[in-house]
Amino acid sequence: MRTETVDTLVIGGGAAGMSAAATLDSRGYSVALVERDDELGGVLLQCIHNGFGLQEFDEELTGPEYAERWIRTIGDTSIRVFCSTTIMEINLLEDGKKECFGYSSRHGVLRFLARTVVLAMGCRERNRGNIMIPGTRPAGVYTAGLAQRLVNINGYIPGKDVVIVGSGDIGLIMARRMQWVGSTVHGVIEIQPYPSGLTRNISQCLHDFKIPLYLSHIISRIHGRDRIEAVDVTPLRNGVPDYSQTFRLTCDTLLLSVGLVPENELSKQVGIELNPLTGGPLVDSMLMTNIEGVFSAGNVLHVHDLVDYVSAEARLAGEKVADYLEGKRPQREIRIKPGANVKYVNPTRIDPDGQSEIYLRPLVVSNNIYLTISLNGEVIKKQKKPHVQPSEMIKMTLTPKLFQQVEAGQEAQMEVALKDES
Amino acid sequence: MKAEHKTREMVCIVCPMGCRLTVTVKDEDVTVEGNRCQRGEIYGREEILAPKRIVTATCRLRDPAHPRLPVRTDNALPYEHIQSLLGDIYELSIETPVKAGDVLIENYKGTGISILAARSVPGD
Repeated sequence: MRTETVDTLVIGGGAAGMSAAATLDSRGYSVALVERDDELGGVLLQCIHNGFGLQEFDEELTGPEYAERWIRTIGDTSIRVFCSTTIMEINLLEDGKKECFGYSSRHGVLRFLARTVVLAMGCRERNRGNIMIPGTRPAGVYTAGLAQRLVNINGYIPGKDVVIVGSGDIGLIMARRMQWVGSTVHGVIEIQPYPSGLTRNISQCLHDFKIPLYLSHIISRIHGRDRIEAVDVTPLRNGVPDYSQTFRLTCDTLLLSVGLVPENELSKQVGIELNPLTGGPLVDSMLMTNIEGVFSAGNVLHVHDLVDYVSAEARLAGEKVADYLEGKRPQREIRIKPGANVKYVNPTRIDPDGQSEIYLRPLVVSNNIYLTISLNGEVIKKQKKPHVQPSEMIKMTLTPKLFQQVEAGQEAQMEVALKDES
Repeated sequence: MKAEHKTREMVCIVCPMGCRLTVTVKDEDVTVEGNRCQRGEIYGREEILAPKRIVTATCRLRDPAHPRLPVRTDNALPYEHIQSLLGDIYELSIETPVKAGDVLIENYKGTGISILAARSVPGD
């Protein structure tokens, strides 16, 4: 069995993994980058629509184009890339090193000995089981991302008459894609009273094709024995299904776009503590998990809605891993917790002596709301936000100046909230 | 242009604000209301007179590991050409090697819009 000894093992060759690996390489550290698919790029390769890269490259690129820029960057480094390889096991050795086993159709069994590990495994789709749709279990029920892969990578069209559950961006993008390959989308069913995807996607993916969007509706039953034949759609009244108003949509395909969850099976196996609010690891100001030397970035940490943010966060993780390898540690940390109208804040601790990037997810749809940061109950920063909604994460930079009043050794807690005029 | 009079409600797709626009065409004048910036006015005007979209799709690629090649228009294409362009893209069959940015169809039907490969596949 071959052993690869490196400073850092990066698990996952998508947007996050490539960005973290490139940063570490530029800081002079040896990196192994492991990807379970046959090539680098991750989910970007199947996201053939445009809208990527406005922040990273100041251009509107398609997913494959965005991936290719990073793949070229990786190709110009001395990073050791292992595709078709799945990391199945991480062992913590007594000397602090991490021993990781990878299984590969191309390389056989590989053993990695690394001083640090970056978890960049991304996320996976919630499926029918997660939303418990009653009915039979016929063929023709797919998650939207799987259908996207079938159409865009493999060249199969999953069906001709489509109903989509969930108005998340992947579902909306797939509605347009299915129309453009000649299928008909008969409706998008959303349980919430407002769409969960971007307004521009509602407009260009649904309105352009006159696809009806049923807000405050659920799929109450799936019909069909071998292949799906129809679904029952039921409106909600005061949050409760009103079955007297149920109607039926005939279809041969049902696509589910009902959210994403960080893929943390490997993390759990090593004993990494997860944040119940995000589904990803709990990380400190260095994006380090509760296990010394194991870091995390991208969608495995929390689900992002822009790949540009994933690249930026993973670049930061790369810098922090390099700092860690140089023996640098924060002098002190401030804990952050989500306040009013904020679902979560990531990371959960910051270093007040350095510049930090924090990401927060709103719980509400609102115009002209104030993003308010308070320290031990006292407001230290207020920023007006013209528009917030849960599907759009807010990124914020915090500078050391904000925390001058906190004395060394003092216990401090920061709260981030979204508040109306106060 | 023929004199016409119409009003349409639309959502601006330029940025995430999602302004609700009311666009009115009277004779040859277009007025846009509800926009919060200049870009919204331009969008509303274009959208009612001659809507355009970036088109992304895939075409056949003669490579066993990559049966489909992602493709894109280099700019937004007038709406009325989208269906026929998609038909023409699905008729394409590209040989490897191909590089991102390679022009697959040039100046589609005189619109000035070209169709480009959106990824590279080296082939064997």
